[in-house]
Amino acid sequence: MSAVEIRGVNKSFGALHVLKGIDLSIDSGEVVCVIGPSGSGKSTLLRCVNLLEEPESGQIFVHGVEITHPDVDIDAQRRKIGMVFQQFNLFPHLTVTENLTLPQRRVLGRAPPEASRVAAENLERVGLAQKANAYPAQLSGGQQQRVAIARALAMNPELMLFDEPTSALDPELVGDVLAVMRMLARDGMTMMVVTHEMSFAREVADRVVFMDGGVIVEQGPGAQVIGNPTHERTRAFLSRVLDPAAVSL
Amino acid sequence: MPSIRRLKQRRSVSQTVQYALFAFVALLIAWSANWKVLASQFVRLDVAAQLFPGLLTIALKNTVIYTLSGFLLGLVLGLVIALMRLSRVLPYRWIAGIYIEFFRGLPALLIFMFVGVGIPLAFPGTELPGGTYGKVALGLGLVSAAYMAETIRAGIQAVPKGQMEAARSLGFSHGRAMLSIILPQAFRIIIPPLTNELVLLFKDSSLVLFLGVTLEERELTKFGRDLASQTANTTPIFVAGLCYLVVTIPLGYVVRRLEARANASQGRS
Repeated sequence: MSAVEIRGVNKSFGALHVLKGIDLSIDSGEVVCVIGPSGSGKSTLLRCVNLLEEPESGQIFVHGVEITHPDVDIDAQRRKIGMVFQQFNLFPHLTVTENLTLPQRRVLGRAPPEASRVAAENLERVGLAQKANAYPAQLSGGQQQRVAIARALAMNPELMLFDEPTSALDPELVGDVLAVMRMLARDGMTMMVVTHEMSFAREVADRVVFMDGGVIVEQGPGAQVIGNPTHERTRAFLSRVLDPAAVSL
Repeated sequence: MPSIRRLKQRRSVSQTVQYALFAFVALLIAWSANWKVLASQFVRLDVAAQLFPGLLTIALKNTVIYTLSGFLLGLVLGLVIALMRLSRVLPYRWIAGIYIEFFRGLPALLIFMFVGVGIPLAFPGTELPGGTYGKVALGLGLVSAAYMAETIRAGIQAVPKGQMEAARSLGFSHGRAMLSIILPQAFRIIIPPLTNELVLLFKDSSLVLFLGVTLEERELTKFGRDLASQTANTTPIFVAGLCYLVVTIPLGYVVRRLEARANASQGRS
């Protein structure tokens, strides 16, 4: 059984047809990076996987459960799907620890001592145990994003979605966030990552999916899709985002 | 360079003329006013002394009780209406919209008359809990709820959309997310306008005058007016006015401080 199974998904915003019949499946433990120009529909596709966007047609299964079915308890399904946003979206009125413990207590019903223990473990995991009592505004963007990853992990998700997790960061802060994501991939987490970090996609992803104009143009191992793309649109996109020095790497 | 100096000169000349004009008008008013009569009608210390202790133990106390009970009822009702206004259910939005337009569009005085006369007629035999206090809380609450609903709605909408998305993606239901994530942030944003609403209610509590209250239920304005007719002197009204200012000016200062702090923290993040 696939971790994620997307079948014939269509989505429009008004007259704009953003997703045009997407099919994609992701295996358990697989890391899939979705790349493509802005407006290609890659973020919308990712947001469909936890139903932050509702597709107009098609089906999406997550671990065998059809989340697009009208009768599904979407809150129960979302508990098992972690999501990391471009803008971090930490809760600014709560401390770092409270950001991690409140969802555990309110959503999973964990007792406060257990929630605190899980929070501490996951802050340790992303290397921010010393920031437990800080407020989000007191952290750098990179630290905030690592807290956001820890917050998602504290819910023990079976699948993690990343929506351009490093796009809002200053270049020197990108590395720490990518390091945490590498660690997750190594630990066997199933991950779907929308990203502009080509070297990360090439190095960490089991599969790279290139989207353009609401369709999947090509997919395959990173070395193939990024290193030796077969489609003209993929080549055109890559030549725009990669400088010549990076291509030769 | 000389043209700039001439501009400055011209400006200082026009300012001097303005000051002279203001001073002249102020002096004219001060000179033509009958200060002796004013002083004997508004600031008679012997009359002011007769106001105590009732001014504090009855009038100010009741004003504060009326204001706070109206504020609390308005806050709860306003929150419900704000949530209805933002609901996905169309009839809820209609009801909330009609409520807001209706109660913001009517003079508070009319609503007080309706509460005082209309409700006993509409529901004969029923008494609002708390007697006059209940009526006042209802009257002030109904009016302030309409204004507070709009304030609360603005506060909820000022919380970035990503906050709701993050909460939903963690498995919070819409209601839970609203309660534990969105509303705490929204209320922080709207503390200054809500405090402003408190000041307005403090003054509007004088409308109790039109409900017919017992001696023990009088608030500042009614108390001042009653004693003015008893003593045949307007000093009680002057003193009651001072009592309002003693509360509203510091509250206004608090609002400005809170607004400045909110602006500063917004600039930081």
